Amino acid sequence: MTQGRILAAGAIVGVAIVLSWLIFSALPRRYGAAPTKAVSAAPAAAAPAPPGRKIKARLFYVAEDGMHLTGVEREVAYGEGTVAQAREIVSSQIAPVPEPLVNAVPAGTGLRSLFVTDRGDAYVDLTREVVSSHTGGTDAELLTVYTIVDALTANLPAVRAVQILVEGKEVDTLAGHVDLRRPIEKNLEWIQ
Amino acid sequence: MRFRSFSLFSAASLIALAVVLSSQTPGPSLTLLSKDARRQLPLAVVNDQESVGLDDLASAFQLAVQESLGAITVSYKGRTIVLTPDQSLASVSGRLISLPSPPTRSGRRWLVPVEFISRALAPIYDTRLDLRKPSHLLVVGDLRVPRITVRYEALPASGRLTVDATPRADSAITQDNNQRLSIKFDADAIDVPNPPLAPQGAQSLVLSVRVENPATLAVELNPRFAGFKATSQPMDQTMRQVIDILAQSDTTQPAAPAQPQPAQPPAAPELPPLFGTPVSAIRTIAIDPGHGGEDEGVKGINGTKEKDITLAIARRAKAAIEARLGVRVLLTRDDDRNVALDERTAIANNNKADLYVSLHVNASPRRSTIGATIVAATFGKDDLLSTAPNEGERVPTFGGGLRDIELVPWDLAQTRHLDRSVSFAEILEQQLTNHVPLVQQPVQRAPLRVLESANMPAVLIEVGYLTNADQEKLIAGDGFQNTFVQALYDAVVRFRDSLPAGATP
Repeated sequence: MTQGRILAAGAIVGVAIVLSWLIFSALPRRYGAAPTKAVSAAPAAAAPAPPGRKIKARLFYVAEDGMHLTGVEREVAYGEGTVAQAREIVSSQIAPVPEPLVNAVPAGTGLRSLFVTDRGDAYVDLTREVVSSHTGGTDAELLTVYTIVDALTANLPAVRAVQILVEGKEVDTLAGHVDLRRPIEKNLEWIQ
Repeated sequence: MRFRSFSLFSAASLIALAVVLSSQTPGPSLTLLSKDARRQLPLAVVNDQESVGLDDLASAFQLAVQESLGAITVSYKGRTIVLTPDQSLASVSGRLISLPSPPTRSGRRWLVPVEFISRALAPIYDTRLDLRKPSHLLVVGDLRVPRITVRYEALPASGRLTVDATPRADSAITQDNNQRLSIKFDADAIDVPNPPLAPQGAQSLVLSVRVENPATLAVELNPRFAGFKATSQPMDQTMRQVIDILAQSDTTQPAAPAQPQPAQPPAAPELPPLFGTPVSAIRTIAIDPGHGGEDEGVKGINGTKEKDITLAIARRAKAAIEARLGVRVLLTRDDDRNVALDERTAIANNNKADLYVSLHVNASPRRSTIGATIVAATFGKDDLLSTAPNEGERVPTFGGGLRDIELVPWDLAQTRHLDRSVSFAEILEQQLTNHVPLVQQPVQRAPLRVLESANMPAVLIEVGYLTNADQEKLIAGDGFQNTFVQALYDAVVRFRDSLPAGATP
């Protein structure tokens, strides 16, 4: 009988531990119920990458048809952690590229900062050139947006959506078409 | 099947008939028109009278002509006409009739005035003979050959073509292309002067009217043509068709100086209500010319601005759809000014538009890209979850009681119309195919800001690429814009017809 009580008590304690883990750790993580938009890391400069180390990432450039993106495997500097790596990927993505590659991100665009919420939403803050140097047009704008969105979501599983900011502020659109008021989810339909 | 047989029979008959125009025949002649033949009878002018040879009439109508005892006897199935040289009188089956002039000899032939046909021959002939002297036409048998008169009146921004058919004949008007209308009469042939209308000036909306086989008038139009509106009205023995030809708005006018814009959405133009027909599911259409003002949109490599193209096409579309479909068309801007994206959809929503079409011109980083694209909105999973049906909100109503209302966030209004937006996009693709260049997969989905708040089926059309030099030239042209507007009009009609009358799209 005593042995039974011990077993019962053990079972109760075990269930309590599992419940506690579920309530305070697993479920919030599963359903993204973070109480605030906790920034998992400060702007990437806080996590400098070891010099010289590279990873391979799939970056996106304008396809031959001018309406899609095509993935190109390129070497990108290694970043410690999701945010640092995201910053390296975006920096490489928006950098000028040699022909015949064509970048859908306007030349001169820079990355101001980047952070990722616990929910997996990446906020990419670009310089004003992404607007001022943009040609306009729905396709060109879609390609610009999905270049950034897919570069992050395709290479970093921890990033599920991307919101583009310009000069630290939320914007409606880059050139009057694509809605940037909410994070945009990965969409591989734009990739050829 | 019956229709096809009838059509084939009609076509064969009409091909045999041919067009009837006196002045189409070179030299003086009388056109003889019957169900199975057309032939020319040569005419001669004698003493200022148009005359025809008796031998030609004998051949055409199986007459026997005999000359004896100073008289000419014309026989047909036992009935006779007796003519006397130098006499303007003739005996027709024993009854005397008068002729404008006596028979005259020309070599070995006898010539009689053309009135001989109607006054002497017709009474003894067993088939109806209808002599149309002014148009040099002789109709044999019961053919429908209405007389057609065409008048044109130029108005400041339009023109009115009045077409009378006597005796009454219905007609169908179709737009063959961007610069031509066809008026097809329900008749075997038409009796019309040639040309039906004196040539008009190069600035006229109607340039010319000419005859086409077998009973059709072709109206050649100025490239400024934007649409037409036709009404028919019976008047005694005449059926009058009034065709109002509409010109597109002037798109070359200089930009107006900036003026304070009214805070309220622009008032909708007033149109007369439609009576006696089922209420169409499409009563108001909002057309949104993209960009405007300081927001020029895409700038073509030769300087063409997206904001100008979208406004020009929108104006053409408004003129064509309002005139021909009788629905109200709102433009979110009708001049060169910038309108906020939210205000554009607000105009459509507040005026309860049934369809929203945003017009744009595309750009690609690659200059070789060409073709039109039709885009419907798409939303992220989170957005769609947030608009899923729920209990709504219960609000008190006037007079007591409660009412459940469904609340949808303003910027997610389009989520409820996505299926029909895609449906309209697909119809539009069908209508544009083979008429304007399209990209390989013309119907696309994208999170477009200007569509998301539209509380009705909504699409954004990129009519082509200004980053391609050939497309830039094409898109700026009248031909392309009219063709595009025609396809848009056809798509609206098909979309409307796909919806039950009175339904809310």
